[in-house]
Amino acid sequence: MSAIPQLSAGSGPDPAYALVASGNLRRRQAKSRAFEVVTLAAAGIAVLMLLILVYYAASRGLSQLSFSFLFGTLPLLNGSVGPLPGGIGPALAGTVELSLIGTIVALPVGVLTAIYVSEFSGPRGRRVVETYLNLMAGLPTIIAGVFIALLIANNLGQSAIAGGLALAIVEVPLIARASLESISRVPGTLREAADALGVARWRTVLGVILPTASNSIVTATILAVARAAGETAPLLFTCTLFSQNYAFNPLHSVASVPLELFSLMESGDPQAVDKAWGAAFLLMVTILIVNILARVWLRRSERKRGL
Amino acid sequence: MLDARANRTLKWLAFAGGALVFLTMFAIAYKVIEGATMAFDKYGLSFMTHMSWNASAGTFHASSFIYGSVVTSVVSVVISAVLGVSIGLFLALMAPRRVAAVIGPLVEMLAAIPSVVLGLIGIYLICPFIASTIEPALHTTLGFLPIFGAPQSVGNSLFAASLVLVIMVVPIIAALTRDLFLTVPRELRDGAEALGSTRWEVIRGVVLPTTSSGVIAACVLGFGRAIGEAIAVSQVAGDQPLAHLNLFLGGNTLASALALQLPNPVSNLHTSALFYCAAILFAFGLITNLIAQRISRSFNRSHVRRVRPAKPNASSAISASPQ
Repeated sequence: MSAIPQLSAGSGPDPAYALVASGNLRRRQAKSRAFEVVTLAAAGIAVLMLLILVYYAASRGLSQLSFSFLFGTLPLLNGSVGPLPGGIGPALAGTVELSLIGTIVALPVGVLTAIYVSEFSGPRGRRVVETYLNLMAGLPTIIAGVFIALLIANNLGQSAIAGGLALAIVEVPLIARASLESISRVPGTLREAADALGVARWRTVLGVILPTASNSIVTATILAVARAAGETAPLLFTCTLFSQNYAFNPLHSVASVPLELFSLMESGDPQAVDKAWGAAFLLMVTILIVNILARVWLRRSERKRGL
Repeated sequence: MLDARANRTLKWLAFAGGALVFLTMFAIAYKVIEGATMAFDKYGLSFMTHMSWNASAGTFHASSFIYGSVVTSVVSVVISAVLGVSIGLFLALMAPRRVAAVIGPLVEMLAAIPSVVLGLIGIYLICPFIASTIEPALHTTLGFLPIFGAPQSVGNSLFAASLVLVIMVVPIIAALTRDLFLTVPRELRDGAEALGSTRWEVIRGVVLPTTSSGVIAACVLGFGRAIGEAIAVSQVAGDQPLAHLNLFLGGNTLASALALQLPNPVSNLHTSALFYCAAILFAFGLITNLIAQRISRSFNRSHVRRVRPAKPNASSAISASPQ
């Protein structure tokens, strides 16, 4: 409290005196107001950054969007002269496939981990698993790629499964932590009611707790997929050897939007860069819209349930 | 009987899920270190202290990458801390609730932008802008500091990488500190205001002191996020194995070197040296994350539980790692 200066002791008998800021008080108020302006400006800068990024990507990428861009096969990047044919169709399909593989692995692992921590582990187990989940969430995503490359891709070759597993490493902590939070927000009365009725533990978990927490778990999964769909680093060593055409075999590499964008922009060819902008705009706007929708939906459903 | 078996099955399945998370972290450490043994046997710890990285000549010392990683992360966290904490204060204490409900998610959207998109925007928007405007301005006004040396004509530099990282770190620090400031008990703030404090004095005298360790934990988490970013940095850092005091010259970071060189290594030693880099990066990530968790745990013990034991969500406010 010592940081707060004393009020100036100059107030006389006039009762109106203290109502008009003067001298020291005016200076303190000016300082406070200046600080408020600084925080407002900081928030403004952040929002402005977002708007500039979206606007700039739109201004360069929007004109690229066309039917042939969305569905055409990938362009060949070997210094071709003239307009570069092709689109990102296989990459879009591949990103969907990779996200699907990642989520099929990450959703059960994440939810089971949350159930273990909330229902079965003691406080000590909870602390250990939470610590490891936080470590996993802070793991540089490129390390996930390096790990899967060393574990799978270097022995069995690159594949969509390897890429999906690398994405799963990114998704698991996101899903697990959000599931854990929503499970621990399930009212204790529900659990007690189930116990009082003699319901077995597994029925309580599957029939009461998970359905109550399901909205948050679904939202967290959607957000995790949106995150994974934009990741390049986990795929860089695990799922890059793809062809120009549509391919779906999970035992071989499939194309993906982030990696295709990465190689388009690395090529430096102006036409390829134009296509990269189209892909960047599409990726960014899709991910932002999914994020917004998921949050709005979660808030609405929570309000409806009075949580 | 059936219930007992189902209970046991669920318990074991759940345990397997938790154990898998546990084992994955160990497996990552084991595999990365195993991959690095060749380079470690050859260079030992001098890998981290010397500076020469030449793939075609076959010499690999990564101190320039470590330098680049640390410098870009520190610079970006310093800028992001100022911006992010201000935004956190604005959202938690200044803005009307409706305004905060709009601006808060917008700021968080910055963290959702894929890093590869930020890399592209970095090349074509941020690098030219800072090369033409920010770097000359900083050099003329603050040029007496060695970190603001003479700029190059191209903007690809450690400074550009730091600015791109700011875009990723600001939303993390802003979201974490906002949740943190919301845990400061209303009575404490009201008490200070009743004593005649202005808003700034309430923040300076009450809010920041009670949350300082949490703010530090948020910044440490931001550091961990910055040091692990590979793709965006690889596009704007300049890709040179050099360490200059001048931020306006090109450099490289551990993560970005991995992203650029591991897809096509020239020799087994090169690959192993890159895994050595990955091991260092992994260690950096682990240590910063553990520090942040330790700080926030002691913060939760000493502050939140004692001051307001009734709010279960308060402790989760800062345990969230970067997203």
